[in-house]
Amino acid sequence: MSELKFEEVSLRYGTLRAVDDVSLTVPPRQVVGLVGESGSGKSSLAAAAVGLVPPTSGRILLDGVDVQRLRRRDRRLQMVFQDPYSSLDPRMSIGQSIAEAMPRGVDRRTEVARLLALVNLDPGRATSLPSRLSGGQRQRVALARALAGQPKVIIADEITSALDVSVQGAVLNLVRDLQRQLGLSMLFISHNLAVVRYVSDRIAVMREGKIVEEGPAEQVLAGPRHPYTRELLAAAPSRHTRLLEEASR
Amino acid sequence: MRSALRSPIGLASVVLLGFLLALAVFAPLLWGDRAAAIDTDALQQGPSSAHLLGTDSLGRDIFYRVLVATRLTIGLALLATVIGVVTGLLLGSAPTVLPRWAGRIVTSAVNIAVAFPGLLLALFFAVIFGTGTVGAVLAIAFAITPSFARLTQTLTASVSGRDFIAAARVCGVGRFRLLLRHVLPNIAEPLVINATLAAGSALTAFAGLSFLGIGVQAPSYDWGRLLGEGLNRIYVTPAPALGPAVAVVLAGLAFNLFGEAAASVAGHRQQSTPGPRPVNEATVDTSEGGLLTVRNLRVAFPGNNGWITPVRGVSFTVHNGEMIGVVGESGSGKSLTALAVSRLVEHPGVVTADRLEFAGKPLRSTSDRELGTSLAMVFQDPMTSFNPTRRIGRQIAEVSEVHQGMSREAAFRKAVDRLRAVRIPEPERKARQYPHEFSGGMRQRVVIAMGLMGEPRLVIADEPTTALDVTVQREVLRLLARVRKERSAAVLLISHDITVVAQTCDRVLVMYAGRIVEELPTDELFTSARHPYTTALLAAVPDMETDRDAPLAVIPGRPPEPGEIEAGCPFAPRCPLADERCRSEEPELTALTDGHRVACWRSEKELMDATAGGAA
Ligand SMILES: Nc1ncnc2c1ncn2[C@@H]1O[C@H](COP(=O)(O)OP(=O)(O)O)[C@@H](O)[C@H]1O
Ligand code: SF4
Ligand SMILES: [Mg+2]
Repeated sequence: MSELKFEEVSLRYGTLRAVDDVSLTVPPRQVVGLVGESGSGKSSLAAAAVGLVPPTSGRILLDGVDVQRLRRRDRRLQMVFQDPYSSLDPRMSIGQSIAEAMPRGVDRRTEVARLLALVNLDPGRATSLPSRLSGGQRQRVALARALAGQPKVIIADEITSALDVSVQGAVLNLVRDLQRQLGLSMLFISHNLAVVRYVSDRIAVMREGKIVEEGPAEQVLAGPRHPYTRELLAAAPSRHTRLLEEASR
Repeated sequence: MRSALRSPIGLASVVLLGFLLALAVFAPLLWGDRAAAIDTDALQQGPSSAHLLGTDSLGRDIFYRVLVATRLTIGLALLATVIGVVTGLLLGSAPTVLPRWAGRIVTSAVNIAVAFPGLLLALFFAVIFGTGTVGAVLAIAFAITPSFARLTQTLTASVSGRDFIAAARVCGVGRFRLLLRHVLPNIAEPLVINATLAAGSALTAFAGLSFLGIGVQAPSYDWGRLLGEGLNRIYVTPAPALGPAVAVVLAGLAFNLFGEAAASVAGHRQQSTPGPRPVNEATVDTSEGGLLTVRNLRVAFPGNNGWITPVRGVSFTVHNGEMIGVVGESGSGKSLTALAVSRLVEHPGVVTADRLEFAGKPLRSTSDRELGTSLAMVFQDPMTSFNPTRRIGRQIAEVSEVHQGMSREAAFRKAVDRLRAVRIPEPERKARQYPHEFSGGMRQRVVIAMGLMGEPRLVIADEPTTALDVTVQREVLRLLARVRKERSAAVLLISHDITVVAQTCDRVLVMYAGRIVEELPTDELFTSARHPYTTALLAAVPDMETDRDAPLAVIPGRPPEPGEIEAGCPFAPRCPLADERCRSEEPELTALTDGHRVACWRSEKELMDATAGGAA
């Protein structure tokens, strides 16, 4: 059981405030869905949490301990990246990439095979290079790699946006199963409100570096307070509307 | 590097290098004695049949001395290169592993050193280390070092920005391992090429130092010293000077040409702008075509056990101004179909088709220029569409400069306008920024802006909205719809998201395992889709009404890899309706009604019942 807590975190690139005084808690065993425009600072927040970029101010706590004080191997915080074309080393076989994230003392071969099967890939592909895989297949490898690190908290940055619907369903089911089984806490970043709605216990809406609304999922979806949340809900893909009506005026 | 052999220059340089290395190894063994033999009867002779290049002041045969000197000359040049390259690599990669402040000091030191001309640096070091072989080797090595360190730094920086480095860091991979396993292998190619070029210059520089008398000292001799000795009497007999001079030039050339050939091969591969691929067209099928007519399109790649065919006979037509969606799982061949239509399938892929026509002409005979302006391609992967070292605005403007002959300023203004059209904030300022300064979603909008610079009659958009948030996605799709309306361009929208296609397109093509399994108007998608795969896909998409407490519907199993496709319907292993026939014979795409085609053995009635049963 782990809790990830952002305390008044700000992150600046030069003069740009990518993340502006964000306080957000991912409670133990819960999934917090983070939605927002591209460039609103979602990925920057994620990068700060996994220690890729130090926050300009504020603290990020994993079970009360500042993540910057933890050695990476002890951090048990993994991330799955958005772009499956750049998140795998093109010169390493996918099996090697997955094995690299494993803690010591694990039987790498069987574990790689197990993880590949878990994400719906043929374990026989462990020796393939990423260039032989299509985008969706690569993203599944990236997911397997994150699970290989035996994390307590997972940050998933747009992980399903490159997945196929049939796999997306399986991965979302899998993510939920694993999350419940292993007691994972999760920050689930996605632009797809339907997906966020499906996996999240709580939903946070981010815009221009700030969290503009946060609360239990049902509450945010049923009674959005912030105008931007309402706009997002209106733009959400649905079977019953056509997106282009306005455009063809 | 092996493909460097394919060009004549590359081949020549490899042969020459091989010859030189063989000389370096064997010449001293074979002719060492003859080169050292002093003959007081034949001092300072000109060329003769006994002494091809004449003799020196001790009567030693210059021809053999040149041959024997190959070892020392090339050996020292390589030694200097290795020392220089290794030091450069260490300095260049130091900032990756050192603490930030120390890295910065190394970087500035390298930057200052780069500013000095190499030969000046070499002379400076030669003075410090004293004249002699050791001094010269170190001098040349340290003259190579700064530029190599800088190159390593630049390349490292470009690779370090990629997600796989970040991913490895998150996994707890240490700095050294990161450098050795992830960074260096990915920059090895340009480094090796530059090292080869450096070896060429080291060789000529060394000859220069020896020639000046501050390199190799007697009694040792290399080409530079032989050249220096021969030059003293060049007006009497030119041969003793010409011999070593030719050797230096040839060897320098061999290294440089090999480096250039390797570089051009590598550069070509990275640019990935392949020429047109051959397309076989038979004019058997004369049915009415549209703007884009595709009949029995196949794309094949050589695999481990014979050919694999990821696209296996795709036929469809896109009419003027139509918006068509292609959906299917990754690996189903959507992207390859799009690439084949844009003539972008790379070697060793092979494209064949009974008909492949764009705007009434076989695609094969459409000129690059015509295709460049009338067909716009918006790719799935925004980063690879850009050159990281050039400003965004210029890169977009280039399309119009090259294909439409616009002036620089006009093209740039148009670029800014298109950036505004795709809702890039502050387009004038953004146009002057570099690709890495754009977020992922922003880059994707820029790619679309780039596609709109021509006057496209067909826009092929491969997953253009993947990874965009809904509000931007809606904008992008509306943008495509506007292009279509205002310019009556057709749009082929490829997506794995059936909802997106349903919301935007007129017709949808559903692909599975390299074939189209169903084609129908999007109006009928949710009511009349019949193919078991299509209906399963529709059930698997979560929407805002999905039950949050039930698991999502999934399609069991996974799609076959192109190499795994066997006889029968490729969906059979996952299909609830599969029977014996499905497992042995593959169904063809046949028309159910006008505009609705399905590839399934089951009758429409059976399929309808199954859908109704599944929905209940
Ligand atoms: N250059 C290539 N060499 C070998 N196989 C390839 C190549 N490019 C794609 N493939 C294979 O072809 C299949 C179809 O790929 P693709 O057209 O990218 O699918 P989609 O766009 O529908 O996801 C995949 O299984 C992929 O692995
Ligand atoms: S042909 Fe058979 S296996 Fe294929 S989709 Fe139809 S019923 Fe299923
Ligand atoms: Mg694709």
